[in-house]
Amino acid sequence: MASSGAAEADPPGEREREQEQERRRLAASLTARYSDWVLEALDELPGSFLLTDPALAGHPIVYASRGLTALTGYARRDVLGRNARLFQGAATARAAVAGVREAVRAHRTHQVPILNYRRDGSPHWVLLHLAPVFHARDGSVLHFLAVQVPIADAKRRGGAAAAGAVLLAACREEARVEEDFPCAAHAGKAFVDMDKRGLEAEEPRVPSDSEKEMAINTADSIVSALNRYSKLTGLVVSRKRCDSVGIPALSSSLNLSLGRIKQSFVLTYSCLPDMPIIYASEAFISLTGYSREDILGRNCRVLNGPDTSLEVLEEVRTGFYSFFSLSKEPDRSFVASTFIRKDGSSFHDLLHVSPIRDASGKVRLHLSQVAFHIWVHLDMGAKHDFNGLTPEVWQLGAVAAVRVAVRGLSASGSLLRPSQ
Amino acid sequence: MEMKLTIKRVPTVVSNYQDDADKPRAGCGRNCLGDCCLPASKLPLYAFKANPAKRSQEDAASTNSLVNILLTEWEDRMARGLFRYDVTACETKVIPGNLGFVAQLNEGRHLKKRPTEFRVDRALQPFDPAKFNFTKVGQEEVLFQFENGAGEDSYFLNSAPITAVDHAPNVVAINVSPIEYGHVLLIPRVLDRLPQRIDPESFLLALQMAAEAASPYFRLGYNSLGAFATINHLHFQAYYLSVPFPVEKAATHKIPLSEETMKCGVTVSKLINYPVRGLVFEGGNTLNDLANVVSSACIWLQDNNVPYNVLISDCGKRIFLFPQCYAEKQALGEVSQELLDTQVNPAVWEISGHIVLKRRNDYEEASETSAWKLLAEVSLSEERFEEVKAYIFSAAGLVQSDEEEVVSEGEDTTYAPAPVAPLRVAEGCLVLQ
Repeated sequence: MASSGAAEADPPGEREREQEQERRRLAASLTARYSDWVLEALDELPGSFLLTDPALAGHPIVYASRGLTALTGYARRDVLGRNARLFQGAATARAAVAGVREAVRAHRTHQVPILNYRRDGSPHWVLLHLAPVFHARDGSVLHFLAVQVPIADAKRRGGAAAAGAVLLAACREEARVEEDFPCAAHAGKAFVDMDKRGLEAEEPRVPSDSEKEMAINTADSIVSALNRYSKLTGLVVSRKRCDSVGIPALSSSLNLSLGRIKQSFVLTYSCLPDMPIIYASEAFISLTGYSREDILGRNCRVLNGPDTSLEVLEEVRTGFYSFFSLSKEPDRSFVASTFIRKDGSSFHDLLHVSPIRDASGKVRLHLSQVAFHIWVHLDMGAKHDFNGLTPEVWQLGAVAAVRVAVRGLSASGSLLRPSQ
Repeated sequence: MEMKLTIKRVPTVVSNYQDDADKPRAGCGRNCLGDCCLPASKLPLYAFKANPAKRSQEDAASTNSLVNILLTEWEDRMARGLFRYDVTACETKVIPGNLGFVAQLNEGRHLKKRPTEFRVDRALQPFDPAKFNFTKVGQEEVLFQFENGAGEDSYFLNSAPITAVDHAPNVVAINVSPIEYGHVLLIPRVLDRLPQRIDPESFLLALQMAAEAASPYFRLGYNSLGAFATINHLHFQAYYLSVPFPVEKAATHKIPLSEETMKCGVTVSKLINYPVRGLVFEGGNTLNDLANVVSSACIWLQDNNVPYNVLISDCGKRIFLFPQCYAEKQALGEVSQELLDTQVNPAVWEISGHIVLKRRNDYEEASETSAWKLLAEVSLSEERFEEVKAYIFSAAGLVQSDEEEVVSEGEDTTYAPAPVAPLRVAEGCLVLQ
């Protein structure tokens, strides 16, 4: 739409053009990493969800699903480019917001019931399911996905969904503030409404199991779509449905076998996106000073300190993510680095990371069936009895022991404690 | 003119050097296990305790135990990329049922190669140095030498010269086509180039390894020629799997022995309610006693061309002996096409209940019934088994008593003890020497 020597500029046309460019820029956030088909695939999915890009200024929304309008009243083009806090309002619990912010910062999956506001200002309860999507090769976060599932009022469950939040739309419309304001807080305060106050005073709604399940299913479908159209090999994604967003419990047999292993190591759970630690050996606890309560559920980067060499970590991550391909390249990933204990003191560590596969076939994990990763640490500053083996080979003993334990237990189906 | 019975099958590759075996070697440039390299080399050494009575379950769990060191070194070889595939990626499950057969889907084990011909009517064949044997294996495939430390405690050295003073070294090497994590080969006296045949000393070594491992999940197995041994160079196999094997859970029926026979402390039982007929040897005042009895039985079988498999289980305390005839049936065209299509070669692990399948369909549909059906083809018939059992007893110096048999598992079988018949002219697949 070129203006070739026209006397006056066409303001609406100009604005349209800018919006078009902006839209393309945001879309590129997706199409740079995934094939162009990904937008169509995402459009096919039901439910209300967003994809946001933390690498762009303001952490904007780069994709909004078709279902978003029905739930929130916002047209898709209304939200593109804006930060997702636009859904929050006066009565949105600060704690919930803080939780979301923290999860974003820590690249953690997070699920929380939250009071959101529709375009017309009416508040409604949603179950927000937030999850990071990682770049396979360097472990950086490419996008966050945020799924919104409406939580029905328990009293009225089975009937109308969120019918109790009807407000005077007209007044809300007038009270709406400009786009620049992060939230419609002012609007909320200026308006008094019986229903709204009622919602404020309400305890956070408890999502039902089916609502939670819907959130997870939607997240899974999004992740599947991204995977399918990914231009990158082996995107680390969460495929497994976890009944809670917490970490799985290991069976007592596995705990028993792991407890006999003398080396300092942790197991991380590879089918949750942030790979939380689900087991820490006694020796690890002694080495780092973290208690089990401290460390379970955290990511291994908790040990990173200012002296932890980034190149070294890069090497670990590269070798580490290469396991998601099916090549049988040797994994001699022993990395010497410096890590930090809980008390702040540092130690020189020899770290070895290896994937542990679950061969039960019951859980359809990523192609290479990786169930856990084992991270074996060796404090180079301390004295050890290597029983005649070299230090590196001695460390492999932990890996071997975990492999046979996992193998035997996954064959008999008793690897993880069954979910209730 | 002698009729030769053969079957065609693709041999399992147990060493990365196996395929090159036919090429002429112009002097050894690499560290192999032959006379050219081994005597001058250094390998890790595991020296086992002389006295088995001192071994305990606790030992098995300690970091310097045999199992631990073996698995650690195995993981090291895995990290070095020496295996043809990652066995931990092979789906495995325990099939629901009474016996709990263990099925594994392993599509990578079997090469898409031209099958070679294996003679199946000779359980003993002379060693052929031109064919692949373990002296051609590279030293990186060896985990350690395995020798009697002749002391109170066992010990491990990361690097020790070959103690080939009075005998050739025994080595433990990896099987590059593992059927389970930790799958290794125990090769007694590698430089002596013994053919695949059991002798008392080698059998004792295998029992000593089982005893030293001190774990019921570390088992050793042996396949004679004609019972799916791939390589005609004396070796036992071993691996670690922390599930009970079906055969270990099967009921047994103790065979009463004469008082004289019972002096050495060895007891013999017959397997009942199991698809493959077999004998179970237990006890013995010493490990040597047990080794002698079982190896005598094996020697008779191999001398008389009865192919067989041996499972050494429960830390060397229980030994299962299975005479079999599947290969012969296959050669005579008596095996159904359906079974042949599964391409399962029923060797010691399969017979014991750990069945490796190469097609996903077979794996998904694996059931106790299908496993039983397959293994039933392997077994000698009741009549033939009794015949062979009588010969074995005679060879092993066991005398069955006239007592009523003790049934260990409430089974209502009646058995009329018969005196051991004198040796008569053999029939069937036996060939007179």
